Amino acid sequence: MTRKQLLAVSLLAGIAATGAKADDRTPLLAQSCAGCHGQSGEGMGEIARIAGYDRTAFIAIWEEFRNDERPATIMNRIARGYTDDEVAILADYFSSIE
Amino acid sequence: MTTLTRRSFGALIGASATTLATPGLLRANSTGRLVIIGGGFGGASAARFARINYPDVDVTLVEPYPTFVTCPYGNLILGGKRTLPQITHSYDGLRARGVNVVQDRAADIDPDARTVALESGASLQYDKLIVSPGIGLRWGAIDGYDQAATEVFPHAWMGGDGSQITNLRAQLEALPEGGVVGLAIPENPFRCPPGPYERISMIAHYLKQTNPTAKILAFDSKEGFSKQGLFEDVWAELYGDMIEWIPANQDGRIVAVDVQNKLFISEFGEEHRVDVGNVIPPQTSAAIVRDTGLANDTGWVPVNSRTFEADAARDIHVIGDATIAGPMPKSGYIANSTSKTAVSAALADLTGGSAPSDPVYFNTCYSHGGEDYGISVVAVFRATDDGFEATPDSGGLSPRGPLSELAENRRLEARYADAWYDSITRDMFS
Repeated sequence: MTRKQLLAVSLLAGIAATGAKADDRTPLLAQSCAGCHGQSGEGMGEIARIAGYDRTAFIAIWEEFRNDERPATIMNRIARGYTDDEVAILADYFSSIE
Repeated sequence: MTTLTRRSFGALIGASATTLATPGLLRANSTGRLVIIGGGFGGASAARFARINYPDVDVTLVEPYPTFVTCPYGNLILGGKRTLPQITHSYDGLRARGVNVVQDRAADIDPDARTVALESGASLQYDKLIVSPGIGLRWGAIDGYDQAATEVFPHAWMGGDGSQITNLRAQLEALPEGGVVGLAIPENPFRCPPGPYERISMIAHYLKQTNPTAKILAFDSKEGFSKQGLFEDVWAELYGDMIEWIPANQDGRIVAVDVQNKLFISEFGEEHRVDVGNVIPPQTSAAIVRDTGLANDTGWVPVNSRTFEADAARDIHVIGDATIAGPMPKSGYIANSTSKTAVSAALADLTGGSAPSDPVYFNTCYSHGGEDYGISVVAVFRATDDGFEATPDSGGLSPRGPLSELAENRRLEARYADAWYDSITRDMFS
């Protein structure tokens, strides 16, 4: 199990991710998504589940949002605010959640 | 106080202040003491994030109210779409996570001794302090508007015990047929930039059903406002001529009120009689940060854009509406988003980590215009060496256009707003 997976599982289970280091950008970046998509990306009401999302699909769909190639309400506006590196971190994280 | 060990300090607090809950929660192998002042969007989020990610740190949350009434979704009470219990949240979830929730008011901060004096007389020692105190209302900025006047003309701009928003709702229910509702809206900066305009919409939503000949006069100290085009579309599409917005350049600035005769008095002396008045007064930061010298002469608190440490004191991090953080809005979501960077930065010092690199702060402000009618503004912010900036070419407003073409978009955004509320309040309290 990679460290990221361990972190994801820990957060999912509500167990403290001991020693989450601030120099790993994952926890803070993923928090932006949690505001609407739920604590572990589990989805909320009509907002989509992103936990367990296929990593390649996550990045491809993000790119479609960014380029207005996909019907959207707000994700197109959000997607343009993140760099490729940041999207990869988010894809790693959410794809690792069971 | 500083010579006490942590254990004896805990014992002392436990013995001296009955309001301090469960001092036994202080952990045996604590790597430090994080004290948080204010249990709202910034403070509650900070407390929960700290307990999950830094389980060895003692977290104490100081909050005077036993429960938290959110400002977001308060306007939906006016619109008849929510009730007070639905926007009232318990601190029990945070207690269950091991947060020491102290129901008391922070009276004073001593940055040198690193102590917080509480109104009850007790004192808390901290290694790191997070202050998320919210706003203060500038009493006297509108002549005649004081604490007593809020019973007649509620501000309903701070959650408190919920009585301000229910007062305003009760007055709307009692509005005479064809009566006049007046709002006085302040200049920038103030808490929740789109809030007054969502409020106008929700009041209209309610009156359209119950009192369709009523009028809403919105007196504004500004000449423009957040999501203006979108709100003007809402008003035209849904409420016809019920709403009149009067900007500052049309004598919209209200400078005095007469609660006895229910008058709003404008800058140029025009007297407007209202049946129901909502005065949203000019604002500043909460007294605790002004009294302790953390605010500058603007009345707001300058902070480091990467750590939220106050410019004026070491080991004190200030977040939320009290800060100078433009172009970030004074919103609950920004308080929530920035709280996590503030916690990470503060505790990096204590736990041997490094401060967060390249922090990203995220904000979506949803507003409800009517039934199944949501609109939003989105922004992704980043720290710069001297402040904050919106990430170029990102974010922005909901699209504008005829409702016939955008109905599904508006409906979805309304449901997304509901989901945001559920998600973020869980991020604070669960």
